Amino acid sequence: MLRIDDLRVNYGGIEAVKGVSFDVPEGQIVTLIGANGAGKSTTLRTIAGLIKPAEGRIRLQAEDITGISPDKIVSKGITLVPEGRRVFPDLTVLENLKIGAYLRSDDLTDDLNWVYSLFPRLKERSWQAAGTLSGGEQQMLAVGRALMSRPKLMMMDEPSLGLAPLVVKDIFAIIKRINSQGVTILLIEQNANMALHIADTAYVLETGRLTLSGTGEELLRNEAVKKAYLG
Amino acid sequence: MNYLLTTLISGISLGGQYALIAIGYTLVYGILRLINFAHGDVFMVAGLMMVYLSAALPLPVAMVFMLVLTVALGFAIERAAYKPLRSAPRMSVMISAIGVSYLLQNLATYVTGGLPQTYPTIPWLSQVAWGTVKWAAIVTPFLVVALVFALTQLINHTKVGMAMRAVAKDFETSQLMGIKINNVISMTFVIGSALAAVGSALYFINFPSIVPLSGALPGLRAFVAAVFGGIGSIPGAVVGAFIIGISETAIKASPYSIFSDAFTFALLIVILVVKPTGLFGEKVTDKV
Repeated sequence: MLRIDDLRVNYGGIEAVKGVSFDVPEGQIVTLIGANGAGKSTTLRTIAGLIKPAEGRIRLQAEDITGISPDKIVSKGITLVPEGRRVFPDLTVLENLKIGAYLRSDDLTDDLNWVYSLFPRLKERSWQAAGTLSGGEQQMLAVGRALMSRPKLMMMDEPSLGLAPLVVKDIFAIIKRINSQGVTILLIEQNANMALHIADTAYVLETGRLTLSGTGEELLRNEAVKKAYLG
Repeated sequence: MNYLLTTLISGISLGGQYALIAIGYTLVYGILRLINFAHGDVFMVAGLMMVYLSAALPLPVAMVFMLVLTVALGFAIERAAYKPLRSAPRMSVMISAIGVSYLLQNLATYVTGGLPQTYPTIPWLSQVAWGTVKWAAIVTPFLVVALVFALTQLINHTKVGMAMRAVAKDFETSQLMGIKINNVISMTFVIGSALAAVGSALYFINFPSIVPLSGALPGLRAFVAAVFGGIGSIPGAVVGAFIIGISETAIKASPYSIFSDAFTFALLIVILVVKPTGLFGEKVTDKV
């Protein structure tokens, strides 16, 4: 579905991504794991169109989408749940969901119901300002907001960051559920254990390069991965 | 008693005119964190355009053209002088704004030859309604309230307004929603310029003529009003503008009339020292 070829990205004066190639097959949960500064976020932000790559190709179902603007990326069915959730604190929960569907002009009722069925808590709080939600609820809102664009591919940047272990478990269960409803997932995580457990395909990114790949289970059993990321 | 009442009506009217300018400052600040120093000069250029257009066209047509051209000017200034600096430090954009301000003033000097241009009289609006009060002064507060109401409806209850609120908070996440932030930014300049154009007609009608520096002081006073009310806040800008308009008129009507601007700018200093976020300002204005 998504194919990355020899992606090189300069960011903040350094070459953050140094020639990365990987595939995101349709219908799968794919994860990129790696330490801080390995280039995971930069890779996702480049796919989302926020950063222009120095070299390389990004293809979505054979269509070259390298370097196009973020709004065009969204309209092609790719969405990014940003690191740190980044909900709009002054907008209500409902407005946050509606703004996720900004490029759509059709009826949103079905999608709102879908998001509310995934996250009943959001329905209860739909008139509350998003800034008053707890961290876990904000993460749910960020995911719900991304779903409102009806994505084919949902990219998630560290959804577990700063959340209590129980909440993290919930979020990962929801990710699986969303995936089972036909949305391809590209997930990056420092919580490698959780990510590898749900991933169909996994890649390890180290200082801007891919060093390992395999199924989630393979990497969970891999000695080098165990040592470096699973403690 | 009559004197008091006419002073009050003039003050409210002047406040309304300042409010129409101040909203332009506060909207742009809310989105770009930029004090658009050229805004007062856009206001002046709107006045000059009215002078030239009304000489060639029937008045209602001239007014429409003036409005459209002022909007186009505000849009063009943003695209030419601020958009290329989107990722530059805020200071660079502010200096660019000061540059645009001087450019407009000097262009106006060039076009007018530095001579005061007689502002056209507008039938009905220019006529005296009661005592020394013109119809314009009576209409202004109602027009301001209607425009502010329409603007708040736009911002709070439409898709484009929602996008404006989102972009004001977070450029990057707004882009991830598919919002074209440049269009939203242009929109704020369009609204701000349109309101300044309306304000300029209501303001300059009270003066016999207009010079290239005519926008500087009303612009500054409206800026003080926006800061006083809490820059970034629309209700703040409106309330601040009415307070400043009324106090200025009241002081001008008193024996201490020469101190009217001193009062306005002293108010700026006091508010910056005592409550820098203004009457209705956000508690935390800086983006993390």
